[in-house]
Amino acid sequence: MSQEEIIVNNLKEKFPNIADSIKIQRPRRIFLEVNQAEFREVFDYCVKKIGFPHLCTITGLDKIEKFELIYHLAQDNGNILNIRTSVPKEKPVLKTIINYYAGAEIYERELMDLFGMKVEGLPEGNRYPLPDDWPKDQFPLRKDWDPKSLEK
Amino acid sequence: MHDSHKFKIPIGPQHPALKEPESFSVALKGEKIMGVDIRLGYNHRGIEKACEERTFLQDVYLVERVCGICSHSHSTCFVQAVEEIAGLEIPARAKYLRTLIAELERVHSHLLWLGVAGHEIGFDTLLMYTWRDREIVMDILAQFTGNRVNYGLNTIGGVRRDIDASQVKDALKAVDTLEERTKYYIEIATSEVTIIKRLSGVGVLSYEDAIRLDAVGPTARASGVKRDVRKNDPYAAYADVSFDIITDDHSDVYGRTVVRLKELLESFKIIRQVLHNLPAGPIVIKAPRKIPAGEAISRYEAPRGEDVHFVKSNGGEKPERAKIRAPTLANVQAVKHMLKDRFLADMPIVIAAIDPCFSCTDRAIEISRPGEKRKEVITWPALHDYSIGWHREHGIDFSALNKKLKKGFKTS
Repeated sequence: MSQEEIIVNNLKEKFPNIADSIKIQRPRRIFLEVNQAEFREVFDYCVKKIGFPHLCTITGLDKIEKFELIYHLAQDNGNILNIRTSVPKEKPVLKTIINYYAGAEIYERELMDLFGMKVEGLPEGNRYPLPDDWPKDQFPLRKDWDPKSLEK
Repeated sequence: MHDSHKFKIPIGPQHPALKEPESFSVALKGEKIMGVDIRLGYNHRGIEKACEERTFLQDVYLVERVCGICSHSHSTCFVQAVEEIAGLEIPARAKYLRTLIAELERVHSHLLWLGVAGHEIGFDTLLMYTWRDREIVMDILAQFTGNRVNYGLNTIGGVRRDIDASQVKDALKAVDTLEERTKYYIEIATSEVTIIKRLSGVGVLSYEDAIRLDAVGPTARASGVKRDVRKNDPYAAYADVSFDIITDDHSDVYGRTVVRLKELLESFKIIRQVLHNLPAGPIVIKAPRKIPAGEAISRYEAPRGEDVHFVKSNGGEKPERAKIRAPTLANVQAVKHMLKDRFLADMPIVIAAIDPCFSCTDRAIEISRPGEKRKEVITWPALHDYSIGWHREHGIDFSALNKKLKKGFKTS
């Protein structure tokens, strides 16, 4: 059995309700999807029990009716586990993962600035990457954002 | 110490060349750094958003311009993701040519860094020699791709330019010269007491902290973290070539110097293997204009570390999302940690040692005293001079070594 299959079988056994979403896309690339309510439990198990010492980055996506997040976790043998979750657009709130990866802070601030998500548990700090005088209600990576709205 | 000796010094922020220019606001007590506050994003150009509004092929050229030094890194990382989504298996020769330019780019980037590092510590002869040597690899890059930077080599489905036998011969000759020079630099760096004393124990990042803060590339490897995407998650032709992951356990600026120097030798090894075993055949296959729906995450070991691109297509001509995480963004967080409790005089070299291209432009440094309206402004060169003067007073002087290096080269 390949390393990827071992991880996938382990996860399917532990979390049967998300088993259908766990897929090996190609060697060293595993994708899974979990709802926000169960995200913490799955994430904790992946980081602590299976072991992913490195966070590549966090990708945010605007899916019109909701925001999607993909946490890209890596092992030193090249396996990347992509954990997909989502938050509703009317209440785009998620909890920080800096207690797992200290380096995640900057990636979470990016989600706040570019998508307008709220990340609970982040310490006080500078915003990233937009300027301090950027309008509060403008989130450039939202699909309905129009650069012209800045010219008003 | 009296409280009035606590200063706050903002450094930065403008830097035209990077996706992530930095601004460091330094809290000082006397000469000691109490804390560093980092503000990023001053030159965020909205490339990810711009990618969504252009076709996949246009994006190849756009992402190449994320960084002027590792341009090939970003375009390769991006096209790899697109090719994975489209299910394109590119020709072997194209994989080898991508690897070839990738390693030549690493050589030019590491030599550039070595010169900057030399400059920051007052060892300017090293700057002059390494940048002269760097021209050798720039010429080869220009000969292969037509450009010194922003090579425009990649396209979806392969590469756009082939090389011939005479170019292979020129490159092999250049690599021989560069290898001889690099070996001499390694000898200098590992035997000269002045360099060892100046760089040792500066900008310390322990193994645990490197892992915890998600540091990447030579910055992480110099703290003993054996991570290199070329080996761990092979792409292009890296599975076919033999080379070693260079690590070092000094965990300081000295370690970062040694790692980059030794990585140059590994790059030469890879370049030779690629040139000797270049497979015959086509260099590109036809790619569809519309990329089928799907997503992929691609990684690439850029000169500064792991580069990450995530691309999602919804079946159209343009990507639904293109996410880029450049290596400096991962490393800049470790800088905060490296500078804590260190001397202001070490700031230039510690920042330069993650290789953020931070030092290549002048920038103003503002000194503000709490409770006073008056602000002092000193420039980056002034901080540089202060740093060299401070260390000279503390017994580290590069004058003799500058002269010695000049004698070390045969006059041609």
